[in-house]
Order: sequence, then structure tokens, then C-alpha cells
Amino acid sequence: MLTQYLFYFLSFLAIFSALLVVFSKNPVQSVLSLIVTFFAIAGHYVLLNAQFLAAVHVIVYAGAIMVLFLFVIMLLNLNEDSEPQKPGWIKFAATITGGLLMVVMIAALRSAAEMPAPQKVDASIGMIKNLGHVLFTDFALPFEISSLLFLVAMVGAVMLGKKEIHNP
Amino acid sequence: MSAIQVVPISYYVWLSAILFSIGVMGVLFRRNVIIVFMCIELMLNAVNLLMVAFSSMLNDAAGQIFVFFIMAVAAAEVAVGLAILVMIFRNTKSVDIDFLNKLKR
Repeated sequence: MLTQYLFYFLSFLAIFSALLVVFSKNPVQSVLSLIVTFFAIAGHYVLLNAQFLAAVHVIVYAGAIMVLFLFVIMLLNLNEDSEPQKPGWIKFAATITGGLLMVVMIAALRSAAEMPAPQKVDASIGMIKNLGHVLFTDFALPFEISSLLFLVAMVGAVMLGKKEIHNP
Repeated sequence: MSAIQVVPISYYVWLSAILFSIGVMGVLFRRNVIIVFMCIELMLNAVNLLMVAFSSMLNDAAGQIFVFFIMAVAAAEVAVGLAILVMIFRNTKSVDIDFLNKLKR
């Protein structure tokens, strides 16, 4: 019973703060709302017995990505006054488009609702021992390729962020 | 006890669809490039949540490994994207996405 209440609470929190991300005028407030959304999703992971993934999610998103966003916003000195706004009819059209997409997706995924709940759940599946075993046996090649991706991203970010050298 | 035993999988499908649509709406709604990036992160997270729910339901760890790779790609994407954004801001002094249509001309 408690699990269900926690599910409803976390879902409400996630949707509410996701809406705040879109609608708040101040970019810093958007970032803080997105952090709340990420914590709510990490709570969902804990409820789904994916404890290691929840920890990684908090560390990577709240710890690394959102700090990067906050740094850039504060570096560029953005605030409510410098915030560009779209005209009203585009905002209206965007809301209608998002709502239509939601209706289409829910209608398309309706057959998933007929899947029965599992009788027996293996609680050890989200533990670091099991995940590490799967990662280094079945997914060893994608793991190595992702390290290459990080190298390329690191070099690219440094090259882009560097000030251009002006030749006289 | 796992939440998947007491909460129907369709609730997770609806929650993910709603979060994904909010992300799409945000991309269309805002003109600030940083907020558009954040909405893309929101869409990736909606997919991650659904993948973990199905991984827990089908007792298969592969879904959770995919989430790891999505997180890795998202981190790399944000690093490169924000570097490009800082470059553009240095040249144009603007974060307006409608200002960046020079490739069209």
C-alpha cells in the first residue's frame, strides 16, 4: 500500500516540476525544477528495485549535468529580463502539439496495459554484482565504444571552448 | 517487494508518455537554447524510466544496461552542446534559438 502511495507522490512531483521547467521565466528556476524531477525519477528507480541505477542517476544528472547547466547559465549571466519569449500563438500551438503527441502515444501503447504483473520478481537484478556481470560479458564491446565516445566528446568540448588564436 | 507487482505497467507507460510530451512541448515552447537542452534531457529520462520499468517487469538486466549507455551519451551530448552554446554566445551575445537560422540563408 505504501509503495502505491509513494508511486503517486513521486509521479505527481515529477510531472509538476517538469511543467515548472517549461513554464518558469527564470532559467535558474528551470534548472532547480529539473533537479527535483531527476530526484523523483531516482525515487521511481528505487521503487523498481534498481538501487544502483538510482545512485548513478543522482550522481550523473544532479551531480554532473545540472552543475554544468548552472555554471553555463551563471557564466552567461542569464536572468528573467534577458529571457527571449516566443509569440503567443506559437506557445498555444506548442501546447496543442504536445498534448496531441501524448494522446497518440498513449493510444499506441495501450496494448501494454494488458500485460499481467509478474508473479515472482528477482530482487537481485538491479544490484551492482549482477549488473557488472552483464555489463562486462554481454555488453563489453558497447562499453569500450562508449569510452571512445567520451574521448571524442572531451576533445571536441575542449576544442570548441578554447579561445580562437588571432594571427596578426 | 517491487513496485511493479502492485502498480500496473500501464501507469508507467502513461507517466513516461506525459513526461516525454512535456519535453516535446518545452522544445517547441521556449526560445532559450539552454531550456531546450534541458527539455531534451527530460525526454531521455522519460525513456529511461520506461526502460527500467520493463526491465524490472521482465526480470532482464539488459534494460538497465541500456539506461547506462543512454546516460553516457546524454553526458557527452551536454558537454559538447554547452561548449557550442558558449561559443555561439561569445560571437552573437544571444541565446535565442530563432537567431540561429544563418545556415538557412
